[in-house]
Amino acid sequence: MMIREVENSLYKLRHIKEEGRKIAIETIKEIGKPQTDPSARVDRYLEYFTIGPQAMDPAGIVYKLDHILDVRDSRLKDEVKLMAPASDEVQTNNLENTLEAAMALNFIYKVVRHYYIQGKKTLSLYVILQLQMILPLVMKEAEAYASALKAFAFGQPIGDGAGPLVAAKLMHGYETRKVPKDCVVATVPIENRTALIIKAEGPGGNVGKPGDAVKAVIDENEGKIASVIMIDAGLKLEGEIVGEVADGIGAAIGGPGVDQYKIEEALLEYHIPINAIIVKEDIGDAVSPMRKEISDSADKVIERVKNVILERTKEGDKVIIVGVGNTIGIGQ
Amino acid sequence: MTQSTSAETTKISTYLMLIVLMVLALSIVALILAVSTFAENQPLATSLLIIGFIAMAIAAYTLFQSRRRAVSMKIVAPQVMTTIECRKCGFKSVREFQRGDFVFKDLEKCQKCDDKMMITAIYKEIKEKEKTYNV
Repeated sequence: MMIREVENSLYKLRHIKEEGRKIAIETIKEIGKPQTDPSARVDRYLEYFTIGPQAMDPAGIVYKLDHILDVRDSRLKDEVKLMAPASDEVQTNNLENTLEAAMALNFIYKVVRHYYIQGKKTLSLYVILQLQMILPLVMKEAEAYASALKAFAFGQPIGDGAGPLVAAKLMHGYETRKVPKDCVVATVPIENRTALIIKAEGPGGNVGKPGDAVKAVIDENEGKIASVIMIDAGLKLEGEIVGEVADGIGAAIGGPGVDQYKIEEALLEYHIPINAIIVKEDIGDAVSPMRKEISDSADKVIERVKNVILERTKEGDKVIIVGVGNTIGIGQ
Repeated sequence: MTQSTSAETTKISTYLMLIVLMVLALSIVALILAVSTFAENQPLATSLLIIGFIAMAIAAYTLFQSRRRAVSMKIVAPQVMTTIECRKCGFKSVREFQRGDFVFKDLEKCQKCDDKMMITAIYKEIKEKEKTYNV
């Protein structure tokens, strides 16, 4: 019974993974107009791996990891450009995100298959039992990635874009300039303060490097920043409502931790207070097309931002507002 | 993986289908036998009738379950909507998402005031209500 259940889920995972591969290839053919069949290159892409830095001597590990992630990013972007030569920058970013979702599906399938075969080979009920126990969560994640794949292929905003959506709403109509890396900043007057609003450059699928952007803006202003407000999508607990807004303190940013480290380091240098506002959603909502509740919550977040600015800063102060997340389908 | 594996997973297994059809055929045979032997040997006919019905029910259930599995494997793309607004007169319209749409994209002129319209939101609506637990 248990083995049958795992088997069924494995079949489903294989199907989802194959569908993901198919969607990725079709999108590349449609957008990138390659001269040759990209299937072989896509298969190679799906098997790419990244080796993290050695942690035996952890000093300086953040910058080592940052370097590895930079190399990975540029390598994958180059691959996409080779696969889809006719795609522009926005489409290249979207294709990269599509392929990364297909890569995640491929990885999930392979790991589940590994434990299933291992359990059968060793006749170990406990291996199968452990797999069966976590399968509902694994399947939920796989289904979320499958949904994300279509959103990325079409360039639709995803739930993770809650932060960039708020930032875009605040900065729309104001002049923007680029800041490192892949981010934009706009100077906007809010409640008699000067807000420097940062988000990843859209509308292509891109999270940018908010850590570098925040540091650059703080340095430009010689640390004379009254507060930093970070807006991000936050994972909700079961029972909480999707699109609910909550605020607190700390650097609201996910990922491998490099950007969070850089932001915290810059803030510590100048003793700048940091506030965070999150929009609650689950993992499925975060990577699938943006739900109406999340889109609607943007105005509530703006209200909260204004409240934080009024309560925590004085007139004439400068504040940094960062919209963290994937800006796919969101311009500025 | 090749394209053929994808096709394999989407359809119901041929072996399973064969077994189901065989069980179905045998159940029909059992029912016919039950009817024909009813007058001569009533206890045997009753047994055959029960066996026939049970076999038919099992075959139908297996077929139904397999079809349900095949249907549940499909990745369904949710319907995504795009809201377009005119900043000048406030005219608002909602249409299905089209590739190339993005929030704050300038579009064609407004039907009412001739000013440029803009995409203000892109979202998916979830119709079914989430199950609530009163805790």
